[in-house]
Amino acid sequence: MIALSRRSLALGLAVGAGIGLLSLPQAAQAAWKPKKPVEFVIMAGQGGGADRLARLIQSIIEKNDFSNQPFIPINKGGGSGAEALRYMVDKAGDPHVIMATLNSLYTTPLRNPDMGVDITTFTPIARLAEDTFVLWVNAESDIKSVDDYVKAVKAEGPSNWKMGGTGTGQEDSLVTAMLEKAYGIEHTYVPFKGGGTVAKNLVGNHINSTVNNPSEQLGFYEAGKSRPLAAFLPERLDVFKDVPTFKELGQDLVYYMQRSVVGPPEMPAEAQAFYEGVFQKVHESAEWKEYTSKKALFRSWLTGDELMSYFSEERDKHAELLKAMGEIQ
Amino acid sequence: MELLGHLADGFATAFEPLNLALVMIGCLVGLFVGAMPGLGSVNGVAILLPVTFFVPPTGAVIFLAAIYYGAMYGGAISSIMLGIPGASTAVATTFDGRPLAIKGEADRALVAAAVASFAGGTISVVLFTLFAPPLADFALKFGPPEEFALMMLAFATFIGLGGDDIPKTMFSILVGLVLSTVGLDIISGNPRLIFFDLPGFYKGISFLVLAIGIYGIGEMLWTIDSSRGDVKIAQHNVTFQRIMDSLRALKRSIRTMVLSSGLGYFVGILPAAGATPGSLMAYGMTKSMSKNPENFGKGEVNGVVAPEAANNAASTGSMLPMLTLGIPGSPTTAILLGGMIIWGLEPGPLLFIEAEEFVWGLISSLYAANLFTLLINLAFIPVFIWVLKMPFTILAPIIFVLCVVGGYAPSTNMHDVWLILIFGAAGYLLRKLNYPMAPAVLAIVLGPLAEKSFRQTMIGEQGNVLVFFERPLSAIFMVLAVALFVYPLYLGRKRKKQRAAEAAATEDGA
Amino acid sequence: MRRAEYVVAGVLAIFSLYLMVKSAELPIGWEPGKGPGGGAFPFWLSLGMLICCAVIAWRNYRRVTPESRSDQPFMDAVSLKLFVIAGGSLAVMVGLIHVIGVYLAIPLFFIFYIGFIGRHGWRTTMALALITPVVTFFFFEIGLKILLPKGVTEEWFYPLYAIFL
Repeated sequence: MIALSRRSLALGLAVGAGIGLLSLPQAAQAAWKPKKPVEFVIMAGQGGGADRLARLIQSIIEKNDFSNQPFIPINKGGGSGAEALRYMVDKAGDPHVIMATLNSLYTTPLRNPDMGVDITTFTPIARLAEDTFVLWVNAESDIKSVDDYVKAVKAEGPSNWKMGGTGTGQEDSLVTAMLEKAYGIEHTYVPFKGGGTVAKNLVGNHINSTVNNPSEQLGFYEAGKSRPLAAFLPERLDVFKDVPTFKELGQDLVYYMQRSVVGPPEMPAEAQAFYEGVFQKVHESAEWKEYTSKKALFRSWLTGDELMSYFSEERDKHAELLKAMGEIQ
Repeated sequence: MELLGHLADGFATAFEPLNLALVMIGCLVGLFVGAMPGLGSVNGVAILLPVTFFVPPTGAVIFLAAIYYGAMYGGAISSIMLGIPGASTAVATTFDGRPLAIKGEADRALVAAAVASFAGGTISVVLFTLFAPPLADFALKFGPPEEFALMMLAFATFIGLGGDDIPKTMFSILVGLVLSTVGLDIISGNPRLIFFDLPGFYKGISFLVLAIGIYGIGEMLWTIDSSRGDVKIAQHNVTFQRIMDSLRALKRSIRTMVLSSGLGYFVGILPAAGATPGSLMAYGMTKSMSKNPENFGKGEVNGVVAPEAANNAASTGSMLPMLTLGIPGSPTTAILLGGMIIWGLEPGPLLFIEAEEFVWGLISSLYAANLFTLLINLAFIPVFIWVLKMPFTILAPIIFVLCVVGGYAPSTNMHDVWLILIFGAAGYLLRKLNYPMAPAVLAIVLGPLAEKSFRQTMIGEQGNVLVFFERPLSAIFMVLAVALFVYPLYLGRKRKKQRAAEAAATEDGA
Repeated sequence: MRRAEYVVAGVLAIFSLYLMVKSAELPIGWEPGKGPGGGAFPFWLSLGMLICCAVIAWRNYRRVTPESRSDQPFMDAVSLKLFVIAGGSLAVMVGLIHVIGVYLAIPLFFIFYIGFIGRHGWRTTMALALITPVVTFFFFEIGLKILLPKGVTEEWFYPLYAIFL
């Protein structure tokens, strides 16, 4: 009950702030400004995809002077983001902390229910982008299409086909599980520390396939070392015009990685409005547009209570996925 | 000869006035950041990244490379002067660097470290220039089984590190390995060993926490105890003459420098390995090849030269997988990688073709940074020695504060500071009973790599343990590792027998 | 020394047992086709620690190590006093950081350690107690942008941030 009322309070404040921002954007932003450097918590370790993105955002803010105080990136990637989530809960009400999220925002609290983190109490700020997933094989292999792939996996048998990905229970393993269910195939899932390492192991022929993000394989793809088979998307990507989507192939396989920013529970509405304004400017900046189009990221802007309802829908979807995998009860 | 042309262009860029100024500032900043226990090149590079938006990308890269090199050497300074390794790559430098400083020969150790770093950097840049593309393919051949075999090789060099007490050395290795498993297990996706359900343990126990605790707090407490609170370090006065003598004396270390640089570079280019196993293996190799291995650990100059040459060579080497595969070999290169992406450069096999100017600019700026770090460091030696001569009742509280603040800074978490105090007290008590501590500190670095690669191999190969001997590369490493394990034992046996025979002979004579 | 060796080996053995129990929360066996379970590494390595402790105690009993033959006390009164002063003041400082932040805790620690324990002059003590926090602030917060804990003094720094950042 308490969590619920907190949530509705936050939503109410968010709506109020949203209206204020619409009618009087300048005045609303002038109303509150950070008094000290803003902690920009990243729920992943240094060097990963989420970290690079957050540091890019920080540099865009810094370069264009979007904020009077600097945003300081702080990595709290321990326990798949558990460390960052707990930190945010402990910082409830603090206007000088925000967090860059990825899908472990849903999966980590679901897998560790005793952690005492309810993401619906967090203050939604903005969804900046959605990252996409593609099925990859080594360019040297004979597999040219998803049909070839399914045949090859079935011929090799489940114990000989190695699918590489990030840690068990994280995005890559969920996408793999979806793929297995749709085509009635089985893989041996080999977890690695990060997407970059996964990509390298595919090119080095230590694993047979991956579900990397486009940005992780782009360098190898351009050098002709890896081959995309199909994208987990409703529509084709501009970067890979020739690569079909699973939807075209008759399977409803769609999965996104959201890249959003949230505040701690009970963040003051003025602060929420301020950060929303900062990220609005990032969203519209030329640097951000260039980066996202090059790396095949969708600039899918979402804020306020719409963002919060998106979070809770996605969390429920992930709960079902994890249940189907037998990872949670 | 095309290579030389590239390099010459790169140098021309590196020696433009703005870039030259950036190199000097970068080296200085790096030096101080690296010399702080807890802070290392990662912090310097990460935090100064936004600054680089105000200068062109080439200048930015030169600046970052200068910070990187400055910090690598700064780590050696705190290893030698304070006995606290600022980064895991500098642990091996403490083994002989600290004893030299206690003997009053800190200046010799510092000169040796500076020159060896320079040699390591230079040799590896040459190797990089000549063999970058073929070695990139080689790095790709490195899968989980090879990684595990390489870790076994690194562990084999531990044999030479412990004291005479084998059970205590074993205990130290094991405790380091167990502590390294704290946190999330990525293979099963479950948290492990979360003591008392404290959320601070989710991120695991980092090397820095253990190292600052044991070497910083623990060693300080031990020094206070053994000296009864009044330490006198008999440091010779630093004169130009002494520094020149130290430089001249380094002629004898040329072979060590060359071999260690080659080894460090080779280990550095392997993705995931990085400079720590490189410096460790170089130390082990130098010790076992030396005519008087018993001098190591007591203040042998070659014991400083080997790890310093190797870790600098390895950090250049780790640029290779970063540039060609997009795989950072160390946390610092991970940040550099982020910087490249911000500047719109795509790491990968095509980078050498598409961004030729950037790659060669980076390589030659590494070279320039190397030269400047050497000069700046030699110039600063008298300052460091002056610090060492401060009264101990002033130096001790300053070091304590450095440990606390430096321990807090990387994770910005008080949990780590308390852990440092606990490890410090435990390290002090164990030190009094002659438990060797270096193996624990190194095990916490290598443990996660070894466990992960072993389990990845087992999942991929359905539990077939023989795979490590079936793949050619990993088989070579495994055989070398076994040889390294067995050889000292055999040697020790032989010496014991000899000694027994000699003792018997003298008794007979008497 | 001899008794201390037994006590320390005993404490470490209990610690090893605790680690074994804690590791056993995850599977510690060999899962067919998958290799060792999540708890296997820490569990079996902790067992190794336990065995080492037993060997250390046995060697102490047999008097094969230098420590087992030493008559020196493990901690004499002077050592204990020094340990309590240095370790204790350090722990108090870290505790104070939570409440009054580094910028007050460090000067207090310096005044205690340099002034009272080291018996240096007031001028040296106060100079260090004042200069260190200033240098720390500029090096960490302004230079490296790492925010240090400030406890109740947090708001005193808002004007400084406004000027320098």
